[in-house]
Amino acid sequence: MSVSGLIPVLAALTLSPLLFGVINKVKALVAGRQGPPVLQLYYDLLKLSRKGAVYSATTSWLFRAGLVGGVAAVVAALLLVPLGGTPAVFAFRGDFILALYLLGVARFFLVAAAMDTGSAFEGMGASREVFFSALAELALFVVLAALAHGTQTGTLSAMLGGVTPELWRAETPSLALLLIALVLVLLAENARIPVDDPNTHLELTMIHEVMVLDHGGPDFALVLYTSALKLWLFAALVVGVLPIHDGPPAAAFAAGLAGMALVAALVGVVESAMARLRLARVPQLLLGAAALALVGFLLLAAG
Amino acid sequence: MMGSLWALALLLIPGALALLLPRLRWIGAAGAVAGAAVGLVACARLLGGAAAESLRVHWSIPGGLLYMELDALGAFFLLPVWIVTALAAVYGVEYLGRHPRAPLAAALFNLLAASMVVVVLSRNALLFLAAWEIMALSSFGLVMLEDEKDSVRAAGWTYLAASQLGTAALLLMFILLGSAAGSLDFDRFSAAGRGGWILALGLIGFGTKAGFIPLHTWLPEAHPAAPSHVSAVMSGVMIKMGIYGLVRLLGLLGPIPAAAGWWFTAIGISSGLLGVIYALAQHDLKRLLAYHSVENIGIIMLGLGVGLLGVRYGLPAMAAAGFAGGLFHVLNHALFKSLLFLGAGSVLHATGTRDLDRLGGLVKTMPVTAAAFLAGALAICGLPPFNGFASEFLVYLGAFHGSTASAQGPVWGGLAVLVALSAIGGLALACFAKAFTVVFLGHAREARPQPARDPGPAMKAPMLLLASLCLAIGLGAPRLFPAFQYILAGRTDAAAQAAALGDARAALGTATGVMAVFVALALLAALWRIRRLAGRPVSQSVTWDCGYAAPAATMQYTGSSMAQPLTEFLDPVLRAERHIEPPAGYFPASASFVSHTPDFFQRFLYRPLTALGARLLAPLRRVQHGNVHLYVLYIALTLLALLAWSLGAR
Repeated sequence: MSVSGLIPVLAALTLSPLLFGVINKVKALVAGRQGPPVLQLYYDLLKLSRKGAVYSATTSWLFRAGLVGGVAAVVAALLLVPLGGTPAVFAFRGDFILALYLLGVARFFLVAAAMDTGSAFEGMGASREVFFSALAELALFVVLAALAHGTQTGTLSAMLGGVTPELWRAETPSLALLLIALVLVLLAENARIPVDDPNTHLELTMIHEVMVLDHGGPDFALVLYTSALKLWLFAALVVGVLPIHDGPPAAAFAAGLAGMALVAALVGVVESAMARLRLARVPQLLLGAAALALVGFLLLAAG
Repeated sequence: MMGSLWALALLLIPGALALLLPRLRWIGAAGAVAGAAVGLVACARLLGGAAAESLRVHWSIPGGLLYMELDALGAFFLLPVWIVTALAAVYGVEYLGRHPRAPLAAALFNLLAASMVVVVLSRNALLFLAAWEIMALSSFGLVMLEDEKDSVRAAGWTYLAASQLGTAALLLMFILLGSAAGSLDFDRFSAAGRGGWILALGLIGFGTKAGFIPLHTWLPEAHPAAPSHVSAVMSGVMIKMGIYGLVRLLGLLGPIPAAAGWWFTAIGISSGLLGVIYALAQHDLKRLLAYHSVENIGIIMLGLGVGLLGVRYGLPAMAAAGFAGGLFHVLNHALFKSLLFLGAGSVLHATGTRDLDRLGGLVKTMPVTAAAFLAGALAICGLPPFNGFASEFLVYLGAFHGSTASAQGPVWGGLAVLVALSAIGGLALACFAKAFTVVFLGHAREARPQPARDPGPAMKAPMLLLASLCLAIGLGAPRLFPAFQYILAGRTDAAAQAAALGDARAALGTATGVMAVFVALALLAALWRIRRLAGRPVSQSVTWDCGYAAPAATMQYTGSSMAQPLTEFLDPVLRAERHIEPPAGYFPASASFVSHTPDFFQRFLYRPLTALGARLLAPLRRVQHGNVHLYVLYIALTLLALLAWSLGAR
């Protein structure tokens, strides 16, 4: 257990809503608008947490427990993720398996809360979520197994810490493939374009948004906060594969934070530049990500 | 040894009494519980490191002794046998109620439990095969309990045929093992250079019982047809006897064939993936659970395969984690799968249907069943903090040791297992997100004359106990590690194995710590939510319906619709049959859609094969025509021929 690992967790807990601010600001700038303030999600969270709540009469205790389990699972997973060269609080051989399964817990509870409303819309979202996430998880497993093989380590902290400029020089093609796969997984798991459009207003085309139609007040605040934390977690994985955490710890950590902003900006650019894929294409995209990761693994293992 | 024999007596005598004294409805279950109490004490001693106990008695049957032994491996496999049969027996008393065949069921049930105990204890091939057959026949009787239904009879015959074919392979295997030594006692067996053939026969024989794909087709037929507490025992425990047989066989072979690790891994991948894919397409709750047993047997085989690969490539860390994970999953799957079958049984008992798409909203009227089923669902998906995670984590860990190795063999084996396990995990989550939510959440999809209620205490208590065991093992898994040392004794080099198990234990220990943090965080978040909402307006309304004025319960997503994107995607494997009557005209009066997914292997492998067999054997019908007087003539002619032969021989 590492106490300094609490710093990345605290950063996640306090700064993760900023990522959405950066994404939206970039999208606005590209479109020539001024856009909402960077701190908008903080204001929203504050406002929502002061409200009461309206529950569907169909729902049961699972609807209320779902978000609580979800946010706890994502925070627990964050305890295993390093940032900017600072190791995570807990690191043990195979810790990424636990992290991914904790995200699975969050998914199960989110889907259960959605199905608890008895709405066909939310069932539709739930159905898509479990399908796409299963494929995204597969790609992520291959990426992490490849990183472990490339760095000859077994923990997330050591794996991401082991991606040095030297390794990049020696294994450029495979690391680049892994990076692309990881970014695709990030976009899919966080309901971003090209998999899901966070700005859509048509329930039939939504995935993530449609599962939380019936949440309000503090519950919805938890939903938004959980998705911010989840985006932070995946962004931290992407940043971990960049060769930026050499040098003194403070500088490396600052570079890590800058990397997070960069990833958010990248998501904003992707979202400005392209449209959502047809739902039938999404599995192909995710299997493509898994295939890229597999090729990355092959290059590492054969080389 | 005496403890286990007393336990057997405690099981069998009340079983017989149940048949003689049908008014004492509890006597069979009481015997099962008493037997379990005594039997578990004996197991606990062995798992704590006590020396193996054996019993050798001369008997009149040729080929060796009446030879039984209880060692740590056997004790480990007896744990689920005792726990699950005792709880299921108690459940069965209320479940069957005043069913006219309840006494017969109790007797057969105790016989089934006893035969599984003897299978694990026996060290002589004839004793083993006798117990194996009693196990098959008593469970066949239980499957056929409601033989007035056509579907039950068909399922029963499929089961009987499959299990006899499996036993035939085992017979051949034991002959090969025993022929060199001239004895059928396990301790004198030798593979004598025929290890590959023997292992292949074992994989067929034991694999039929365990349900490897493509030997699994009886499983999704027979398990749903049996009464639910019997399904729990069959799916949770009985199929593990196949795994037990394989593990025991590996110990008897001497040098293990080099390719064994790859065989096991390939079986694990195909059974695991196809099992969960078929489960996704089911809308019969018990059939869905039965296919998940195929999947979990696959996970167990992946663990054993990783272990064997580790042994072959000289990686003790991979071997220890793989074996430990595979065997640990035997216990865990027994607990959560029987829990899920008991939960499905409660639903069936209360509503009269197993069809997912006719259920819904049961959490409000059956809260205990819903909570227990939820625990089982989380456990079977391998989600922390339940027990499924602990064993799957160990298998993952073993595969991960392989994928980070430097030699090519373990890297590809490890990577294949990692990818397969994560695909199985994601699909299992999709399947149970469907099964749990469609049955228990939302609105009831069909109106019922009276609301479905939780069952009485005799059915609730076993479910709650199993659910708490799943959670307790999930959070206490590191404490069970000393036992693995004894169970795995002799599989690999002892010192390297101890070190490897120590490492795995440390990793799982930290993982357990993180899970505890997760539970604490969830409680904290719940507290925050409650305090936030205190004193604020909280009201009830309808679910968001997009402004539509007359939403109905049938508009909800069903199990089939929830799985549709996945089943569509996997259709090349599933080959679902669809019958569509599309709406026609401006005011369509009727439209319908029916889909079902028959088993691929049943349809394209066994049905043609059995049809061919029936055609080839049809000419024999001329001999078996039903004319009794001609049969008497056959007997007379046979006797005459024998007489002539015997006179001629002299």
